[in-house]
Amino acid sequence: MPDSIPSVQEVKKTTCYMCACRCGIRVHLRDGEVRYIDGNPDHPLNKGVICAKGSSGIMKQYSPARLTRPLLRKQGAGRGAAEFEPISWEQAFSILAERLAKIRATDPKKFALFTGRDQMQALTGLFARQFGTPNYAAHGGFCSVNMAAGMIYTIGGSFWEFGGPDLDRAKLFVMIGTAEDHHSNPLKIALSKFKRDGGRFVSINPVRTGYSAIADEWVPIRPGTDGALLLAIIHEIIARGLYDREFLVRYTNAGQLVNLDEKSDEFGMFLRTEVPEEEGCFDPQNKLWWDRTSNKPVITHTEGCDPFLLGEFRLSDGTPVKPSFQLLQERVKDYTPEWAAGLTGIPAATIKRLACEMGVTARDQKIELPIAWTDSWGKEHDTITGNPVAFHAMRGLAAHSNGFHTIRALAILMTLLGTIDRPGGFRHKAPFPRPIPPCAKTPNTPLAVKPNSVLDGMALGWPAEPDDLFVDDAGNPVRIDKAFSWEYPLSVHGLMHNVITNAWRGDPYRIDTLLIFMANMAWNSTMNTVEVREMLNDKDENGEYRIPFIAVCDAFQSEMTAFADLVLPDTTYLERHDVMSMLDRPISEFDGPVDSVRIPVVPPTGECKPFQEVLIELGTRLGLPAFVTKEGARRYRDYPDFIINYETEPGSGIGFLAGWRGKGGEYSLRGEPNPRQWEMYVQNNCIYHFELPPSYQYMRNWNQGYLEWSQRSRITRYAEPILIHLYSEVLQKFRLAAQGRGITRKPPAHLKKRIETYFDPLPFYFDPLEVQATDTHKYPLAAVTQRPMAMYHSWDSQNAWLRQIHAHNYLFVNARTAQVNGVEDGDWIWVESQWGRVRCMARFTEAVEPGTVWTWNAIGKAAGAWNLTPQANESRLGFLLNHVISEELPAKHGGTTSNSDPVTGQAAWYDVRVRIYKADAADVKESFPQFEPMRPYPGTEPQRKGWLAYFAGGRK
Amino acid sequence: MTQLALVIDLNVCVGCHACVTSCKEWNTSGEAGAMSDFRPYDADPTGTFFNRVQTFEVGEFPNTETVHFPKSCLHCEEPPCVPVCPTGASYKRKEDGIVLVDYDKCIGCKYCSWACPYGAREIDEKQKVMKKCTLCVDRIYDKTLPERDRKPACVMACPTSARLFGDIHDPESEVSKAIREQGGYALMPEWGTHPANHYLPRRKTQLRIHEDELVRADNPLKIDGKLPKPAKQEPSLDDVTSW
Amino acid sequence: MHPAFSVIFLTTLLGVGQGLFLALYTGQLYAFFDLLPAQGNRSFYAAGSAIALIFLAAGLVASFFHLGHPERAWRSAAKWRTSWLSREVIVLPAFMGVVFLYGVAHWFGWHVPLLSLPGGRPVDATLILGAIGTLLCFALFVCTGMIYACLRFLQEWHTPLTVVNYILLGGASGFVLATAFAAAVAQEIAGFYAGWAAILTALAFAGRVASLLRNARLKPKSSLSTAIGIKHPRIAQKAQGAMGGSFNTREFFHGRTAFFLRQVKWLFLALVFPLPLMLIAAGAMAGSPALLLAAFGVQYLGLIAERWFFFAQANHPQNLYYQAVS
Ligand SMILES: Nc1nc2c(c(=O)[nH]1)N[C@H]1C(S)=C(S)[C@@H](COP(=O)(O)OP(=O)(O)OC[C@H]3O[C@@H](n4cnc5c(=O)[nH]c(N)nc54)[C@H](O)[C@@H]3O)O[C@H]1N2
Ligand SMILES: Nc1nc2c(c(=O)[nH]1)N[C@H]1C(S)=C(S)[C@@H](COP(=O)(O)OP(=O)(O)OC[C@H]3O[C@@H](n4cnc5c(=O)[nH]c(N)nc54)[C@H](O)[C@@H]3O)O[C@H]1N2
Ligand code: SF4
Ligand code: SF4
Ligand code: SF4
Ligand code: SF4
Ligand code: SF4
Ligand SMILES: [Mo]
Repeated sequence: MPDSIPSVQEVKKTTCYMCACRCGIRVHLRDGEVRYIDGNPDHPLNKGVICAKGSSGIMKQYSPARLTRPLLRKQGAGRGAAEFEPISWEQAFSILAERLAKIRATDPKKFALFTGRDQMQALTGLFARQFGTPNYAAHGGFCSVNMAAGMIYTIGGSFWEFGGPDLDRAKLFVMIGTAEDHHSNPLKIALSKFKRDGGRFVSINPVRTGYSAIADEWVPIRPGTDGALLLAIIHEIIARGLYDREFLVRYTNAGQLVNLDEKSDEFGMFLRTEVPEEEGCFDPQNKLWWDRTSNKPVITHTEGCDPFLLGEFRLSDGTPVKPSFQLLQERVKDYTPEWAAGLTGIPAATIKRLACEMGVTARDQKIELPIAWTDSWGKEHDTITGNPVAFHAMRGLAAHSNGFHTIRALAILMTLLGTIDRPGGFRHKAPFPRPIPPCAKTPNTPLAVKPNSVLDGMALGWPAEPDDLFVDDAGNPVRIDKAFSWEYPLSVHGLMHNVITNAWRGDPYRIDTLLIFMANMAWNSTMNTVEVREMLNDKDENGEYRIPFIAVCDAFQSEMTAFADLVLPDTTYLERHDVMSMLDRPISEFDGPVDSVRIPVVPPTGECKPFQEVLIELGTRLGLPAFVTKEGARRYRDYPDFIINYETEPGSGIGFLAGWRGKGGEYSLRGEPNPRQWEMYVQNNCIYHFELPPSYQYMRNWNQGYLEWSQRSRITRYAEPILIHLYSEVLQKFRLAAQGRGITRKPPAHLKKRIETYFDPLPFYFDPLEVQATDTHKYPLAAVTQRPMAMYHSWDSQNAWLRQIHAHNYLFVNARTAQVNGVEDGDWIWVESQWGRVRCMARFTEAVEPGTVWTWNAIGKAAGAWNLTPQANESRLGFLLNHVISEELPAKHGGTTSNSDPVTGQAAWYDVRVRIYKADAADVKESFPQFEPMRPYPGTEPQRKGWLAYFAGGRK
Repeated sequence: MTQLALVIDLNVCVGCHACVTSCKEWNTSGEAGAMSDFRPYDADPTGTFFNRVQTFEVGEFPNTETVHFPKSCLHCEEPPCVPVCPTGASYKRKEDGIVLVDYDKCIGCKYCSWACPYGAREIDEKQKVMKKCTLCVDRIYDKTLPERDRKPACVMACPTSARLFGDIHDPESEVSKAIREQGGYALMPEWGTHPANHYLPRRKTQLRIHEDELVRADNPLKIDGKLPKPAKQEPSLDDVTSW
Repeated sequence: MHPAFSVIFLTTLLGVGQGLFLALYTGQLYAFFDLLPAQGNRSFYAAGSAIALIFLAAGLVASFFHLGHPERAWRSAAKWRTSWLSREVIVLPAFMGVVFLYGVAHWFGWHVPLLSLPGGRPVDATLILGAIGTLLCFALFVCTGMIYACLRFLQEWHTPLTVVNYILLGGASGFVLATAFAAAVAQEIAGFYAGWAAILTALAFAGRVASLLRNARLKPKSSLSTAIGIKHPRIAQKAQGAMGGSFNTREFFHGRTAFFLRQVKWLFLALVFPLPLMLIAAGAMAGSPALLLAAFGVQYLGLIAERWFFFAQANHPQNLYYQAVS
């Protein structure tokens, strides 16, 4: 026993990045090597706990799959063959700078920058905008944009990284379609505490694993039908009068009168009393109620008035009007539990019971906090009320092409129960709530893209009306992914999953250089993987690659790196500075803004260089205004220097980090750059936590104090109340355009019907688009994936400890479903969709709804990738479901359209329908498809067999 | 006499494997390490772990329970693995009941592992000695660690705090109370090994809604005029009596 | 259990050595009581002991292959108060020493009477050493058998039959070898050994069949229900937390099909009992050392199969935790 060796010598605090949760960690070192990583007990997010991935950081740091040198594809070697020669960083920079300078001087949109599961969209977005290309997005479009858009367009905030359930005070918690999510550790901490406090936990999910395992009730549901369930619950809640009337009246647009004059251009819009003096991205308080006492229309929130929520009325000019709540009631009239039962597979009685549980708990177990606050209309309240029913939902709702409306239905249900930003319900996290929709806008014309110029607008934004779309005069998309076009108008996170296909096809145009950061687009973040890999390698008539140049910044030998012309080796999270910024998605808590940093705890491996440094260097070489002085000289020494000194506008006092601003660190959120800002973060557990006074912590959509504080702190421009959009005028505006009304832009003819259908101001149920386009007799089973808690996407197979837990994956099949299809436990089977098929092994389970099959996501790997040997289980036995999912569907108007939500462009991963059958006994007993094995690159270690006995500090 | 142990709450364990890798991570570079891995990047990777999380399904759809089940050495009070060890390498400490292996004495005969009904011991194929959970003896008494960190690595890691640690012989300890009040049980009681580690069962919270909770005077539908009200002209008592 | 060849050879080779020694001493005792012609040929006992020693030593060598740290094997004598393995480790060398002395005594003809029996028969060193050897031999059988029989949750082993069978099978194989040996160097007593070999083989058959019948009717005391503490008739494991295998899947599973197991059972039942019996009968009748040696060979092969089966059949309760991956 190594008694002489001290257990640790040094402890450094930083932030984990084995996943996007961003827990605080303590890295214990011995002889400069990582000896142990545990949770930082003083960190607000994880309070000292850590997860399986976080605890395996050592094996990431010392993984033989690490890229350590910049690499250039060998002359003559095909893409995908993964043959590289090492080059210097100087060479890499000059290759890139030369190429990009040319593009920028001619047509900046020919450069596309797309990033995967990163946490630095503020910087990558800044770079792209400065470059002048509209072709920038992060992973949101293929991840959960439905969750972001569906809720932000309804309540001004969302789950995901924007808000969450207040389980400290909830009594009933309903989790829908969540396996693990971003808030991994905090959710686990909260869930366990909630259960121990006697809360009731219901999980709605086709599969019972992980969190659902400890649910008090599991409600198995057929994938893609949650909209039906939620609408039926809304039906019950309204029919039984279980809604929170006071909340609806004061804090939502439920009582606002909708113009129902069919002939009017304003049909379906709220009636307005006057034109507001100032236009801006806020909801002017100029709508009408029908007052119950005076039986007359009045301006909303008129003191002493109370609107009808139900009924139909006529204005003095004869215009027929109804409160929007009346329209909602009419909408859900036929959405009965009995109707939903047929679609969801959930008995009507269960649906009714769930509705009653929610309604009665919200109504009868009210929380009153003795906290006085003032609402936006100046009314003082002595207490804050909570209706303790909390929800959480993620990709089980989001990753369907009907997800936007499903999520709107959820947000509306939460609103009916009166649970928005209230104790025990949903709580926002700074910088949310935002106006509906948030102010950021993309340009709305191709003219915004000009040579040698900064993009005139943001690459991503929040359209409020058709005029905000980023299209040309003919209505054609400006962006390579067709985001913000009439095809997917509210694609607020872009459509990364279509970039390669579009660029390959040259539709809407061809690009020159594709820079991919931290995304494995030749594998798990792409659908139709086999063909997309071919597209990456495809040449045109002139023998030139259809995508002429691909640069990839990654830390590991991923499948994507094999297709790169230039590979940029990134550092790991233990080797670099990072910020989890207020300009991006910070780690805020319910009680106020929190941002955090990473600091290097070990030196970079080999020649690894942080991508941040790469961007700053490139920006400087290209002379992008934000990165150079007026004279064109280098402005920032390095990334830490950039973080300290960058301001959104000269003198704005707003930068990447909100803590310890001002010369001596005396200001919060806004203030001059502080040269010692990094040190102050390091001294404070790498976080900055601004705790709001209790009276600002709730009801923030309509909390005068909070909104004014937020305005003063420049979190928002306006302090107007953010009324909840039960009824969405934004959607109605698009529908009106499709109907040819009004003076806004109009969709091209072939998309009119699509816009009119899907831009319904109230949520409605429709079968997912792919299901509509599938012969469901032939392909009856829904196939979905789930996140394993002990693996992050595709990037943990190189981790010697984690891969022992998930070495390969099976297709989980309900035993009865399997037997009907002649499949036995452990059999090799084919899983076939209309797009293709994969071979894998089946595993029986009783924990899945019989019409669903599922597998763990991204466990299967291409042979030799991640520096595993070609015999590794991941490639021989494991499989990737993406091969049977298509990135495109046949379009109604001919041609193709993205396999995405028609409102938001959210990738519809979970809509695919398959059939399963036993593989021929003569078939090889390995998964299909297989790929030519990748070999180690220069700079990665040789493929390691044998053994490994890690002992920090030299004793191995 | 003290008997340290883990109490694992299956009511909140979500099967995240944090306890598995944090254990490996602490121990591989600690007194119980290194913990070898074989074929770490090759087919069928395998290695030494002191703690594993397993998954079981109970019942048939739709009445299925998925049970995540962490298991490490249970530090039995009558440990069958100890007396069979020919060298004395396996021993149970008097002072705190922890069952340990002295690697310097162990000849790697594996006999103790045969004598453990729980499959809690694993030979380290590189070091060729028997290994198992040490209850993190090199943490829990380490005075150089701050008090709050003197806990097993897995206990500190567990995000759901499903792993309680303490003295089950002290009736006032958190673990004893949990066992007493939440029906803590031992595994395979039929063998009389008296495991010190205990498990807490699943508990269910139900909500019962009575019909009368659905009929309420303050039903908002009344305000919005949707609950039927009899017309004013309809007959009422006012018309027929006077008081 | 996973049948490790080190342990299979260890136990079977020791058995032969022990049985052979017992055979030698039985022969000497019979002669002592004039029930057999005395073996004037001193090399019979000496050579016999040497052969027994070779088997014992081979068993010992095999045992080292079972250890992770053979260089520390000496430590294993420490826990003789509690561990049958420790006891075996002590008794085995003691027994080997005595066998060695026994052979030496015969070789050098230490026949000076040291004491005499009531009937006046003189007792010499070989007889005393033989008696001590016999005690140690049985002690060794008991130790070896108890190593397995004492593991109470290995229900297939936890029975006196385990010890009895170690004695009978070891005895039978030793006597068969003794028969062949006698046929080669001391024809006149070959018949005597053949008789005992047959009797012991028959007894061993009875013992082994008894244990097979017992094991076939065993009800496992542990179930998934007691293993995870949940009362339900339908529990199935889905994941064991390690997909590439672990010590627990390597050490406690034979990795063969039930069919293979059945084949091995019939094979050893044939090889250990009827075939050697026929060969003994034939060999004894024909006075053919070759046939008798074949009888031993066949039986020993059968014992390897028998021991493989002995391990493979034992179903460790830990296996309840290691049934499925996903
Ligand atoms: N079938 C199916 N497919 C899916 C999903 C699904 O549910 N089902 N989910 C989708 C979702 S929501 C998402 S977000 C995507 C995620 O998909 P991707 O964003 O492609 O995620 P990864 O596969 O992890 O790829 C990230 C890359 O980042 C690299 N990396 C890791 N750490 C670092 C680092 O520090 N620096 C750099 N430069 N690189 C690093 C990894 O090596 C890896 O190559 O997958 C999508 N794909
Ligand atoms: N450990 C780990 N953590 C991660 C990640 C990871 O790879 N590993 N990835 C991160 C990323 S990028 C993301 S986007 C989040 C995603 O976090 P989650 O949304 O939790 O991720 P998924 O695994 O996609 O889980 C979707 C769940 O929805 C269920 N489901 C599928 N279809 C339906 C449906 O129609 N209705 C209902 N009700 N349920 C359905 C599935 O069974 C599954 O349980 O996780 C993040 N956290
Ligand atoms: S959840 Fe785990 S991997 Fe993700 S940041 Fe936290 S500790 Fe790291
Ligand atoms: S860390 Fe806790 S919740 Fe996770 S598997 Fe282990 S005991 Fe269960
Ligand atoms: S669990 Fe097994 S190894 Fe641990 S003390 Fe009990 S018998 Fe011994
Ligand atoms: S393997 Fe080591 S600890 Fe186990 S019985 Fe043998 S000597 Fe004792
Ligand atoms: S107590 Fe320590 S050694 Fe035991 S399982 Fe937990 S972390 Fe591993
Ligand atoms: Mo995602």
